[in-house]
Amino acid sequence: MGFDQSYSARKFKSVGTRPLRPDGVDKVTGRARYGADFNMPGQLVGRVLRSPHAHARIRGIDTSKAEALKGVKAVITAADLPDHTEGDSELYNILDNCMARSKAFYDGHAVAAVAAVDAATARKALKLIEVDYEVLPHVTDVDEAMKPGAPQLHESSNMANRSEYGHGDVDAGFNQAEVIVERTYKTEQTHQGYIEPHACVASVNGDGTGDLWVCTQGHFVYRQVCASLLGMDVSKLRVTSSEIGGGFGGKTHVWAEPVALALSRKAGRPVKLVMTRDEVFRASGPTSATSIDVKIGATREGKITAASATLRYTCGPYVGMWAELGAMTAFAPYDLENVKTVGFEVLVNRPKVAAYRAPSAPMAAFAVESAVDELARKIGMDPVEFRIANVASEGTKSSYGPVYGPIGIGPTLEAVRDHPHMKAPLGENQGRGMACGFWFNFGGQTCTDLNIGADGTVTIAVGTVDVGGSRASLSLVAAEELGIPYEQVKAVVADTSTLGYNDMTDGSRGTFSSSMATISAARNAITVMRERAAQMWDIPVGDVVWEEGHAKAKGEKHGNLPPLSVKEIAEKAGNTGGPIAGHSEIVADGAGVSFATHICDIEVDPQTGATRVVRYTVVQDAGKAVHPTYVEGQYQGGAAQGIGWALNEEYIYGKDGRLQNPGFLDYRIPVCSDLPMIDTQILEIPNPNHPYGIRGVGETSIVPPLAAIANAVSNAVGVRMTHIPMSPPRILASLEAEKGA
Amino acid sequence: MQYTRPTSVNDAVSLLAEAKGTAVVLAGGSDLLVRMKGGFVEPDLIVDIKSIDGIGEIRQTADGFAIGAAVPCAVMGEDEALKNAWPGVVEAANLIGSKQVQGRCTVTGNLCNASPAADSVPALVAAGARAAIAGPGGNRTVPVEEIPTAPGKTSLAKGEIIEAILLDKRAPRSGDAYLRFIPRTEMDIAVVSAGVNLTLDEQGVVTAARVALGAAAPTVLLVAQAAEALIGTAADEDALEKLAAACSAACKPIDDKRGTVEFRKKVAGVLARRAAMIAYKRAGGK
Repeated sequence: MGFDQSYSARKFKSVGTRPLRPDGVDKVTGRARYGADFNMPGQLVGRVLRSPHAHARIRGIDTSKAEALKGVKAVITAADLPDHTEGDSELYNILDNCMARSKAFYDGHAVAAVAAVDAATARKALKLIEVDYEVLPHVTDVDEAMKPGAPQLHESSNMANRSEYGHGDVDAGFNQAEVIVERTYKTEQTHQGYIEPHACVASVNGDGTGDLWVCTQGHFVYRQVCASLLGMDVSKLRVTSSEIGGGFGGKTHVWAEPVALALSRKAGRPVKLVMTRDEVFRASGPTSATSIDVKIGATREGKITAASATLRYTCGPYVGMWAELGAMTAFAPYDLENVKTVGFEVLVNRPKVAAYRAPSAPMAAFAVESAVDELARKIGMDPVEFRIANVASEGTKSSYGPVYGPIGIGPTLEAVRDHPHMKAPLGENQGRGMACGFWFNFGGQTCTDLNIGADGTVTIAVGTVDVGGSRASLSLVAAEELGIPYEQVKAVVADTSTLGYNDMTDGSRGTFSSSMATISAARNAITVMRERAAQMWDIPVGDVVWEEGHAKAKGEKHGNLPPLSVKEIAEKAGNTGGPIAGHSEIVADGAGVSFATHICDIEVDPQTGATRVVRYTVVQDAGKAVHPTYVEGQYQGGAAQGIGWALNEEYIYGKDGRLQNPGFLDYRIPVCSDLPMIDTQILEIPNPNHPYGIRGVGETSIVPPLAAIANAVSNAVGVRMTHIPMSPPRILASLEAEKGA
Repeated sequence: MQYTRPTSVNDAVSLLAEAKGTAVVLAGGSDLLVRMKGGFVEPDLIVDIKSIDGIGEIRQTADGFAIGAAVPCAVMGEDEALKNAWPGVVEAANLIGSKQVQGRCTVTGNLCNASPAADSVPALVAAGARAAIAGPGGNRTVPVEEIPTAPGKTSLAKGEIIEAILLDKRAPRSGDAYLRFIPRTEMDIAVVSAGVNLTLDEQGVVTAARVALGAAAPTVLLVAQAAEALIGTAADEDALEKLAAACSAACKPIDDKRGTVEFRKKVAGVLARRAAMIAYKRAGGK
């Protein structure tokens, strides 16, 4: 209430320092509890039976033999998850994805599940379930799925939605252009690759109440969705989030949790369900495969006159807004008079697409930033200078609609231009590339409690799951606002029954939104502490100010009163009105948009197509880096994932529509020795809509790498690379094709 | 499922010979345990050979080396004499999996797993290694290339186990090398690979050579034409070009998730050529 979220410049004491994270000791000693570390007395083992077919009608499921097996306590199919979605098609799609109802839409789609006394019995039971499939023709490729006559997943077209963004007149703009680049690009499907598989323990009681312990990015959202799917009252389901071994968007969607709850409900006992790696790849998480046409025109002086893109993104079997996000982000770094983007959501027989770190933006940036680079070269301009000549700034109408406030794209480009990396000499067979990236960032509903202990120490209970070090960052923010040391604050992630609703940790909102709520809660607690001090001194509260962690009586008439510390006020709380706390419930509007520019050097072995990342630099705007080490970690992590995506990661399907590489051996994320030390440079252009100027930093770092690396490889080999990942066979084939041409 | 840990080769052989159902040998377990966890094999009997006397040792004899069937690859990497004599074999063994896996896995297991992409096998074939086999019908010794017959299949009869891999004593001016192609730097499986072993005369002319390719056919290929391209030369540009062409021509690879036919053919030649140059230098050639 009355919380002023606007930025005001200040000198920070705690924010901007680099203390140890509060969850660090538990994590390095193995004491931290992840999803699979929760256990309940009498718990059963849950396992899921999955379709081996890419597309099949389910004519019938006979579970009688499995049910008869000794040790099996429950077997469920879609019939045990009746439809409570009441016409909400998004929710229905989630239900259908958790357990196939009439058709299996992809290799790995859940069709039945069992709960048994042990894993061996559960595995045996799965083999006893007889599913009568009518195998149907399937389609997994994005372009194939759009062709007339392609196998259709649903009654309506595979082209499930169309979106359009832009302004101006692109035809007129292209007429003014003196140089035009036009190309089609492709990217393959990737997985977030979190190391911790999905895991939960579900316990549903006979009275309709339940508990769920789960690895998630958003336990409040999981509660909402699971309760809706199971037909439970939201407040009767308590969800407790575990520590999280990576999410990157993949743990914003429910998969096995409703299944575990349904098993527990039927068996009358707690059920633990942990996905195998094979299941994680086949049934959870992946991002879209894409096919993108880009056309950009410019004058010989280097002014872009028009830009357009058509983006086709796979969604899996259910419509999403993945192409739309690509269409929105594609040209965000630029100030364009004439721009148009069209997105097509394409249904294919692959797992349901989930958010992956700045979802959809990396592929769009790959296509656009590749074309921008080629255009600069055609004109004869330095690629950084060309971008600077067309860059968006405060007041620019963005390609997706809104007018920008203060933004960091120009400063990141200038920092890149002046960075020593850009001037470092290149070795033989090496090429340098750079590219820009954008992400919206998000705020959303947030609720925080700040409780002051009798000894003056402080607990903050937050509702955003700590994915990237937010407990440390939020403790710094509480310490800053209260004027006390970091060590005096402990942050915990509260369960869904002890705190108001929170949106999940996505959209780079965890630290942005919860820090705003923490500042608000701290200010409320300060108000209480000023009142208590006024009581203790018996003076008007208007004469009490809060400075440097103390209540101070202001004015000459109170001049002799010594300041009261948090501890001194807290000790007397029992006599002055009871426990001292500050609460905050907000919608954290005003997440400042985020921009980055990356530079990389790649070496290519011309005889084998093998690549090596020689050097990599990330420059990104953080607004204000609360804990710079963890901001750098986000920059490096996004770059590392982008490097994997650009060079080797891809879902490979056989002709039978089955996933060929559902494991980390053949789904190749980079190992440590594949990566150089990734250099970072943090810029701080304050977000006007946050008291400390903070912007989210979690996602933008994965946006530029695909393009930056493609530009570097193209420069190293002299052939434009248009297909991600640039695996060695693909690079070698491009080189051979060029030789033949 | 029964687990046993015999202390003699004879006991292991009789356990395996008399077993009903699926009986498997466990040494390092780096293939077996993964296959069991994935549900690809559900053995009725596991015979753990690690307690058999001497089977975990590398013995240097008058004839060369005997690498016991339970010797972890990491131990091979710490044996200076073996490394000096057969650096190509040791470097192949130390490319398998990760450091942790190398502490468990064995070259005998790698051979018996019969994967076309096994890292140590092309190096062993190039080295002319032999397998010392014990079985219910007595002992026999065969060239290692005769063990795998197809992906996942071996020529070992029921009850037979490999006790050791035998490597000859090194002739003077000899060298071997192994190279594989993986898209990453480690913890991966060969897309294609090449092992080269050669001996020079005092003038630096190749007098004997063996060239083997991995992941280029259902089993490891011993490419005689590639060896012939080297013999009688000083591994000059012309000879290396012929060697690479012979290797590319000999490949009978498949398109799969790890690489294409075209890629494997081309890179087999590139790797064989690079391995030959390393082996030539190791043999003292200039």
